[in-house]
Amino acid sequence: MTIRVDDLADVRAGDKGDTLMLAVFPRGDEEFGILRERLTAEAVGGHFAPLVTGPVHRHVVPGLPALVFRIPGVLGGGVTGSATLDGHGKTLSYHLLTLELPPGPDGDPVVRR
Amino acid sequence: MSAGRTVRLGAGAGFAGDRIDPAVELAQHGALDYLVFECLGERTVAAGHTRRLADPHAGYDPLLAARLRAVLPHCRDAGTTVVTNSGAANPEAAGVRAAEVIRELGLPSRVATVTGDDVLDAVRRRDPRVWETGTRLSEIGEELISANAYLGAEPVAQALASGADVVVTGRVADPALYLGPLLHEHGWDRGDPTLLGRGTLVGHLLECAGQLTGGYFADPLTKPVPDPAHLGFPFADVGPDGSAVFGKLARSGGRLDARTCGEQLLYEVDDPGGYVTPDVVADFSGVTFTESGPDRVVASGATGRARPDTLKVTLGFRGGWLGEGQITYAGPRCLDRARLAADIVRERLVSVHGLDETAVEVEYIGAGAAFRGLGGLAGLGGLGGPAAQAVDPVEVRLRVAARVASEEAASVVGWEVESLYTNGPAGGGGARREHREIVAVRSCLLPVEDVRPVVTVL
Repeated sequence: MTIRVDDLADVRAGDKGDTLMLAVFPRGDEEFGILRERLTAEAVGGHFAPLVTGPVHRHVVPGLPALVFRIPGVLGGGVTGSATLDGHGKTLSYHLLTLELPPGPDGDPVVRR
Repeated sequence: MSAGRTVRLGAGAGFAGDRIDPAVELAQHGALDYLVFECLGERTVAAGHTRRLADPHAGYDPLLAARLRAVLPHCRDAGTTVVTNSGAANPEAAGVRAAEVIRELGLPSRVATVTGDDVLDAVRRRDPRVWETGTRLSEIGEELISANAYLGAEPVAQALASGADVVVTGRVADPALYLGPLLHEHGWDRGDPTLLGRGTLVGHLLECAGQLTGGYFADPLTKPVPDPAHLGFPFADVGPDGSAVFGKLARSGGRLDARTCGEQLLYEVDDPGGYVTPDVVADFSGVTFTESGPDRVVASGATGRARPDTLKVTLGFRGGWLGEGQITYAGPRCLDRARLAADIVRERLVSVHGLDETAVEVEYIGAGAAFRGLGGLAGLGGLGGPAAQAVDPVEVRLRVAARVASEEAASVVGWEVESLYTNGPAGGGGARREHREIVAVRSCLLPVEDVRPVVTVL
């Protein structure tokens, strides 16, 4: 069974102009290990294609722990440039939760809830 | 100034429209030294300027008087000083209004204002490069109506040193509203980036008020929050070395723990190692949170580097008008009928009213609109794959919106949606329409020496 980000972490969205920022908070150390390895900038970029206009950047914040993604272009004009209802892209945090992770080398762990 | 003392800062508001009762609860029961109302977003300032252009006495937060009336009697009893950026586009008028409220309440409190963030003349002179367009300011065709520099904590500290009980500012950086009282109380060296970084961490965590205590956090399955209807706002006890313990009142709802703090720490922060403010480039990359008791969290590990020699400026332009209309379709083939309705509206906006087709945006709310087509119906319930596209949602709300140059053109967008009632597909209901002027917000930098903060005691 594939696992989704929703099984391992919580996500908060923020915006700066056209750029969507997503902060991913693993629910434990094991979850952090899995996400650090498999939730790459490329995987996140692919999940938000074709809206992405440039390279996705990932910061790792081990102290929390958390992963921060900067995804350019998704917000198409930003909150004052677009007529879209959710111009901030606040709801898009839950789109990242639907990302299915590629399987790991040792198979997938039992998901805790 | 009493070196060695711990200072308690409370969050009274996290945005212009925030609730008032949690601030009253803190003012009454929180034993606060300072109560801070952060009420400005980028667009709030620019929108305030459009109101000020129409009425020279307007342009500050419309809730300013209501907030002050609700908390000031308690603040007087507890010896709490109020700091707020509710002055928005007109801190002078906001200061006068605050003084009126104080007189009406019969309190002896004194008001100071911080101004000088209005840099319209300076940006016209400097003609800086605009971040979003990459061009010089003068090359932008839209009418520039406002330019506000982000002031730092120093003028706030100066206003407090003047003996003010209520400090009203315009555009001051959100964390600086909290850093100002710390500079004043602890007498911190303005050249010590570590202390400034620690104080900025405190401000950043408190600036969104309820977002630290379980607001914008709750998910019934994964992240339950107790009693969110009575969400309490947070406070922080900050020592002379910048060490900070965050808490909330036991009587209030919400939760305060390492997870709520983690989410707020990284909110709208794209580089945790370089959070740029007018006072310091704070480094949050080594921050950790330790739960020291129920709803008590110790935050530590923030540092900082010297501030840049430029200040960020928010530019407001008249950005035309937004018109929109919405209507609901439900039951069998609702998405097909909503699509037909959208086709009708789009064609008429172009052929009858002369709108540019590329300005018209269509969203099918309930069928994946929020995810901008990324998830389709899959986002609704995990119905992945192409088959999901064939599944009819229970109901769809069609939204047609357009950004256009004139009020007249904006008003026809909602009109055409509304006229679907007697002219469009079967079973449409609940049509609504509105239109409003848009303020487009962009950013640039100005050298620090171009910006002169002014403290005035009323």
